[in-house]
Amino acid sequence: MMPTRDAANPPYKLPPPLFDARCRACWFTLALLVLVIASFVSLDLDWASFASLEAGRSMYRFMAEFFPPDISPKFVSKVVSAAWETLAMSALGTIMAAVLGLALAVPASRMSKQDAAWLRSPTRWLLNALRAIPELVWAALLLISAGLGPMAGTLALALHTSGVLGRLFAEAMENIPTGPGDALRTQGVGPLRVFAYATLPQVLPQLMSYTLYRWENNIRAAAVLGVVGAGGLGQMLSFNMGLFLMNKTATILGAMLLMVACVDVLSFALRRWLNR
Amino acid sequence: MSATQLPQAQLASGGKLRDPDFSSRVFWLVLAILLLWPLGVATEFRPWVLWEPDNRKVTLDFLASFWPLVYDAEFMRMVARETWRTVAMATAGVTLALVLAVPMCLMATRVLSLSALSGRMNRWPAVMRWFVRATLIVLRSIPELVWALVFVRVVGLGPTAGVLAIALTYGGMLGKVYAEILESGESHATHTLMRNGSGRLQAFVYALLPSHAAELASYTVYRWECAIRSSVVLGFVGAGGLGQQLDNSMKMFNGGEVATLLLVFIALVALADHVSAWLRRALS
Repeated sequence: MMPTRDAANPPYKLPPPLFDARCRACWFTLALLVLVIASFVSLDLDWASFASLEAGRSMYRFMAEFFPPDISPKFVSKVVSAAWETLAMSALGTIMAAVLGLALAVPASRMSKQDAAWLRSPTRWLLNALRAIPELVWAALLLISAGLGPMAGTLALALHTSGVLGRLFAEAMENIPTGPGDALRTQGVGPLRVFAYATLPQVLPQLMSYTLYRWENNIRAAAVLGVVGAGGLGQMLSFNMGLFLMNKTATILGAMLLMVACVDVLSFALRRWLNR
Repeated sequence: MSATQLPQAQLASGGKLRDPDFSSRVFWLVLAILLLWPLGVATEFRPWVLWEPDNRKVTLDFLASFWPLVYDAEFMRMVARETWRTVAMATAGVTLALVLAVPMCLMATRVLSLSALSGRMNRWPAVMRWFVRATLIVLRSIPELVWALVFVRVVGLGPTAGVLAIALTYGGMLGKVYAEILESGESHATHTLMRNGSGRLQAFVYALLPSHAAELASYTVYRWECAIRSSVVLGFVGAGGLGQQLDNSMKMFNGGEVATLLLVFIALVALADHVSAWLRRALS
């Protein structure tokens, strides 16, 4: 018997219809479109004042005021000391966060199968809450008790970062091979010494690399943290911008850019050197 | 055996366990304190200030006012409206960022260069690519908060400044990472198409995009999640949304409102986190 001839374009080779109720991607695209359109419609975006000639002129005037940047030695030395303050805030904040994160990561992880880990979920909730509130919001909250100045910023960085690092540390501790710890535990060694001699040595390199990575992030965050009054370059920026001292603002912006660029280049070089 | 040796070793050292690493531990501890000292000085780090009677009273009063939470109907309507504005600002910002990032990443990608098909890229295309990449890096390295401060001066308070700030910073970020993603993968199919006379846009749509679509989309979703977080922060400089309400309530020391807003914010971030994780799982 002859095999039946295929149609010129069998139905399964036709392009699918554009919308199909069973196609998840279609629903997803539709939802995305609705979200985007609703966003633009519901926000009373002020394009007219932005795209008008008047706004262009005021933007130009605004930009022209930046020049020339104030590079008198007296002001530059102030900017340098603010940059050092920013760097110190990020470093101290990250160190405190690493210590606090480690302290919270231990109850937040299940060290062995026998470990009941009663505190695991409450500690994880705490870590998530610490992490969910951005540095800037922490800084604004801490201003009430620590007053204006870099200490509020340092504590804010420490709190937010300890949430981030604590969670990463806990994941790292739960994912190591359990052999060394089990070997000690079967000999009757207590949990503290198991942690010190089996868990910690295994995760330490990973902990260090997470901490360094967060430090890099925190330098960037610390530069703008001062906008709410928490010290460093940001505080100088918002102070001078508030007084419309645009020449000084330009210098501070330049210093911020330079600092971020240096951190980027250094971390890129360091990572390349480590991965070699 | 070691159990019998241990007491003898203890006896030999005068009844105490001796730490063989003692001197090195002390050395590193002292060095760490010496290094940390200037950091503490620079950041005016005096934690005992927190416990001085005046500060302690203010802090405890503020914390005590967190309870009861404020949840009357009018306040909750306002919270819902501002939450939506936060999400909308992030979404609109990322959409505009895409408008900026997609053409720039197409210009910056080395894989789509016709002259680089045979040996070295010509000089002008190379200069153009370098220039676009530098622009992206500059856009990315100015924090969105600084952009927002600038735009608040130009277009006034309101969400426009926030949307523009997110669009510029995220445009830089997305463009740079898109270009890196497009260059990281297999470029064989793209090059074959271009060698056989297809245009660069055709080669992009039929070869380069399909092989990287999942990665590009998942990075975009992740950045959308980040944009929600930063649009809250932008409210603090007057761009509207949850951040601005939080700032207002904090300035009025209205603890109940602050607590409600913080809880809503934590819930929003957790929700965005879950949605983004679910989408990225669905994509891969």
